[in-house]
Amino acid sequence: MNCGVEQTGDPTAWTRVCAVDAIPEAGGVAALLPGGAQAAVFRDPSGTVYALSNIDPFSGAAVLARGIVGDTDEVPFVASPLHKERFDLRTGECLDDASVRVSSFDVLLDDGVVFVRELGP
Amino acid sequence: MSRTLVVVGNGMVGHRLVEAVRAADVAGDWHIVVLAEEARPAYDRVGLSSYVDSWDAEALALPGADHATDEHVELQLGDAASAVDTGRKLVTTASGTAQPYDALVLATGSRPFVPPVPGHDLPGCFVYRTIDDLDAIHAAARRARDGRGRASGIVVGGGLLGLEAAKALRDMDLSPHVVEMAPRLMPLQIDDGGGALLARLVAELDVTVHTATSTAEIVPEGHRLVARLGNGTDLDADLVVFSAGIRPRDDLARSCGLEIAERGGVLVDEQCRTGIADVYAIGECAAVQGTTYGLVAPGYAMAEAVAAQLTSGHPATFPGADTSTKLKLLGVDVASFGDAHAQTEGALEVVVNDAVAGTYKKLVVSDDGTTLLGGVLVGDTGEFNTLRTLVGRALPDDPAAILSPDGAAAGGVGVDALPDEAQVCSCNAVTKGAITSAVHEGGCESVAGLKACTGAGTGCGSCVPLLGKLLDSCGVEQSTAVCEHFPQSRSELFEIVAGTGIATFSELIARYGSGSGCAICKPAVASILASLGTGHILDGEHATLQDTNDRHLANMQRNGTYSVVPRVPGGEITPEKLIAIGEIAREFDLYTKITGGQRIDMFGATVDELPRIWRRLVDAGFESGHAYGKALRTVKSCVGWTWCRYGVQDSVGMAVELELRYRGLRSPHKLKAAVSGCARECAEAQSKDFGVIATERGWNLYVGGNGGALPRHADLLASDVDSETLIRLIDRFVMFYIRTADRLQRTARWLEEMDGGLEHLRSVIVDDSLGICAELEAAMHEHVANYVDEWNAVLSDPDKLARFTSFVNAPEAPDPTISFRTERAQKVPVLLGTPEVSRS
Ligand code: SRM
Ligand SMILES: Cc1cc2nc3c(=O)[nH]c(=O)nc-3n(C[C@H](O)[C@H](O)[C@H](O)COP(=O)(O)OP(=O)(O)OC[C@H]3O[C@@H](n4cnc5c(N)ncnc54)[C@H](O)[C@@H]3O)c2cc1C
Ligand code: SF4
Ligand code: FES
Repeated sequence: MNCGVEQTGDPTAWTRVCAVDAIPEAGGVAALLPGGAQAAVFRDPSGTVYALSNIDPFSGAAVLARGIVGDTDEVPFVASPLHKERFDLRTGECLDDASVRVSSFDVLLDDGVVFVRELGP
Repeated sequence: MSRTLVVVGNGMVGHRLVEAVRAADVAGDWHIVVLAEEARPAYDRVGLSSYVDSWDAEALALPGADHATDEHVELQLGDAASAVDTGRKLVTTASGTAQPYDALVLATGSRPFVPPVPGHDLPGCFVYRTIDDLDAIHAAARRARDGRGRASGIVVGGGLLGLEAAKALRDMDLSPHVVEMAPRLMPLQIDDGGGALLARLVAELDVTVHTATSTAEIVPEGHRLVARLGNGTDLDADLVVFSAGIRPRDDLARSCGLEIAERGGVLVDEQCRTGIADVYAIGECAAVQGTTYGLVAPGYAMAEAVAAQLTSGHPATFPGADTSTKLKLLGVDVASFGDAHAQTEGALEVVVNDAVAGTYKKLVVSDDGTTLLGGVLVGDTGEFNTLRTLVGRALPDDPAAILSPDGAAAGGVGVDALPDEAQVCSCNAVTKGAITSAVHEGGCESVAGLKACTGAGTGCGSCVPLLGKLLDSCGVEQSTAVCEHFPQSRSELFEIVAGTGIATFSELIARYGSGSGCAICKPAVASILASLGTGHILDGEHATLQDTNDRHLANMQRNGTYSVVPRVPGGEITPEKLIAIGEIAREFDLYTKITGGQRIDMFGATVDELPRIWRRLVDAGFESGHAYGKALRTVKSCVGWTWCRYGVQDSVGMAVELELRYRGLRSPHKLKAAVSGCARECAEAQSKDFGVIATERGWNLYVGGNGGALPRHADLLASDVDSETLIRLIDRFVMFYIRTADRLQRTARWLEEMDGGLEHLRSVIVDDSLGICAELEAAMHEHVANYVDEWNAVLSDPDKLARFTSFVNAPEAPDPTISFRTERAQKVPVLLGTPEVSRS
């Protein structure tokens, strides 16, 4: 697969996403990880960066990065673009169904560039 | 073997019976034959007087009354039943056919009573019961007007219907006189005190009232008529309308030996059964245990009872009826309910007569002053709905306090005071208990929801305000706030944005909201900003406000791919363009389908393919069809006079013009339109937000129609207007909607919830009563002048284009989760599993 992502084979390695300014304010972008996982990387209006799995757990579609970012009672969330379930950007917990959670990723900001990696075991 | 049900009479009640049987008879056991004397399917007789607004019989049509698609119902229009042989179970019709039955229901209604005044049958004398009657009156009124000054008409009878007829004459530009034998108007419903005030209010409406006198004789004089009144007055008139009461049409029943009640009407028991097996009578022709009812709600209850017996085989009884009435249309508020004349033994009357305010209110209460028995309201009927449901029950307060304008009940009697069994909607027999449980258990949170799940409010509509109050009292806050971030309603935000010129979401929320926004307020504000022309919807920070589909100018599918719908104005397309769509779909391997909106949808494009597909489409002369936006979708057309042998105008040309005019216009919800070339209505214009139907003299404009989950027929806003007027009215209508509707509120719901309804809309849009039409038109001109194709704008902007990739760190990589299989020779998405759900 030639997808432009460096295939290090090490799932714990950091993957470069993009310059932080390339993430729309209060929006998200999707990043492809080695091994095929997808991260949805968001920036909230205060500038904090979060990364969740891009897969909407309710539909299985890789779309969360395209959702609307907002807050409720100061909890930052992204709403799935398919059916609007909201996920806490910090933890991946679904605010509309407490039994559902999407996995989140480690985020590293280095000199204005965002990196993510899968959480260790 | 199916059994045959013959229904004689296709009025409102006969129709309700057929509907109720069809709804319950899932197995199709009954074959229903309806014998109808009138030449058109059942229509809304209660709303008959509104016919003079449009002279459009379709506006009165009852939904589904033609039973066109129901093989179990056979409607024989224009063929009255002439005889019944109850022994052989056979009905003979006027045209001579013999129709056997297993069950027979008589629903022949009433006829207007015409007193045997000499001259009552002269040309120029009419009754007021059917659409045909009104057409005849209309024709005579037009003849009378020709070449002379103001013509005049006399209505014999000052009851509820007589006053409606007087108003209709006035609307036909005749000067109306009402002659009433009793000493007051509406003698059956209201008392002397109320009658005196009513006479005053009616006189202000240009209706001349003559009470306490009879019509002794009518004599011809040239082309006109003279009515000699008992009090010696001679009234000249061009026509006379008799509205002196009704008599049950029981002649057919008499001739076949059915028992007739003492004061007329087919005598039936409380199950609506006549004395002969399998023969029932319902509606105005029936005398249930001797009593006839001249209102539609009791008739409906009888229809439901008989339908239940026919389909379940079990007895069901007519539950009795609410005979409260409210005068519609005349522009005077009059209502009476219960024992309005205090005929109950020992009944006491409490009256508040305010001549200055022009209100008269009377409550009739039991001798101990605690139970409400009835009442009369004139001039202000605000409390009618709550009071009538309280009849027979304990009063929540001292009667005088309830009536006093500034007393405890200034806002009306609280709905909390109503017991659960109180009937809130009498048209559909829905109790307060049924409504509150729909709210608490059924999760209904709006009036629209209550209508859908209980049926309340879907008849005459008079109980709708009460539904709102009940929601309030159930603690369902019908807040108008957009969401937790903005306390304002959508229309308030619109005014703020328009007034302040704020052009970004972040500034708006900083100044007028709180927090950082959500998936409700962001798209709502995005739509407002777009309606006000603040640039491309993907410009700068606008992009992340957009709802799913707007965000990528395409509709997102279940697997994360998109569909692409180019605009095909009016559904008219050249072979070259059809070929271009075919070639593009083939090249990108897209699933294609003809949509319900007369255009072509291409499905299964990945986000990175979208700009390349648009490039090809734009080069072939296409532009965005906004299938993704809360914006104008399509203006459907029929082929019209260019080809169709019935067409009377160029409907395709008009549809194309309208679609190009309003394309790209963002609105609170999507907007759909259609133009039909004649009254056959092949473009289904009456189901659209705005629909246009060609007439011999121009165009009829209908507004507020809807398909979808809660279908609604559009209302006629203007008739026979020329093209220029038509477009001006639509400009105003659409802009007024954009300014004042709630988010995601289609025009149908907006119009239903508008205070004053269609009349108010007409006064704003047609008569410019708010003085805002110039502004609305200017806003529309602005939109038209600044329209650009959204797809093309993306193609020429590298920043926007950069967002059309699956992965920011791998712009060339396709999304590995997307795959397709083949079905009926085209690709369709492979259903995705739910790989990442982790339920704790
Ligand atoms: C493609 C089409 C079905 C088809 O295969 O024919 C369609 C497809 C969708 N309809 Fe529709 N509707 C389509 C004609 C209709 C019609 C018929 C018509 O327009 O004549 C109706 C009923 C008429 C009406 O709207 O009054 C209709 C009533 C709805 C509704 C219910 C609206 C309502 O007021 O109740 C929704 C939901 C909504 O908008 O909130 C909806 C929503 C949708 C959406 C946009 C759902 C979404 O947001 O993704 C579907 C997008 C499919 C896609 O991915 O492209 N669609 N939809 C039709 C596109 C017409 C076009 O060319 O633009
Ligand atoms: C102007 C006006 C305003 C009204 N306003 C109100 C109101 O505000 N509230 C209210 O509750 N009610 C109102 N009504 C009364 C309401 O319309 C009637 O109660 C209702 O229509 C009764 O329905 P029905 O089916 O029993 O009779 P109808 O609607 O009269 O229908 C009977 C049908 O049977 C047909 N028929 C008769 N004999 C035969 C035969 N032998 N063979 C075949 N067909 C036959 C008739 O032609 C007619 O079409 C109003 C009536 C009028 C005229
Ligand atoms: S609506 Fe009239 S003009 Fe248009 S296609 Fe149908 S019949 Fe012809
Ligand atoms: S009372 Fe007529 S619709 Fe409810």
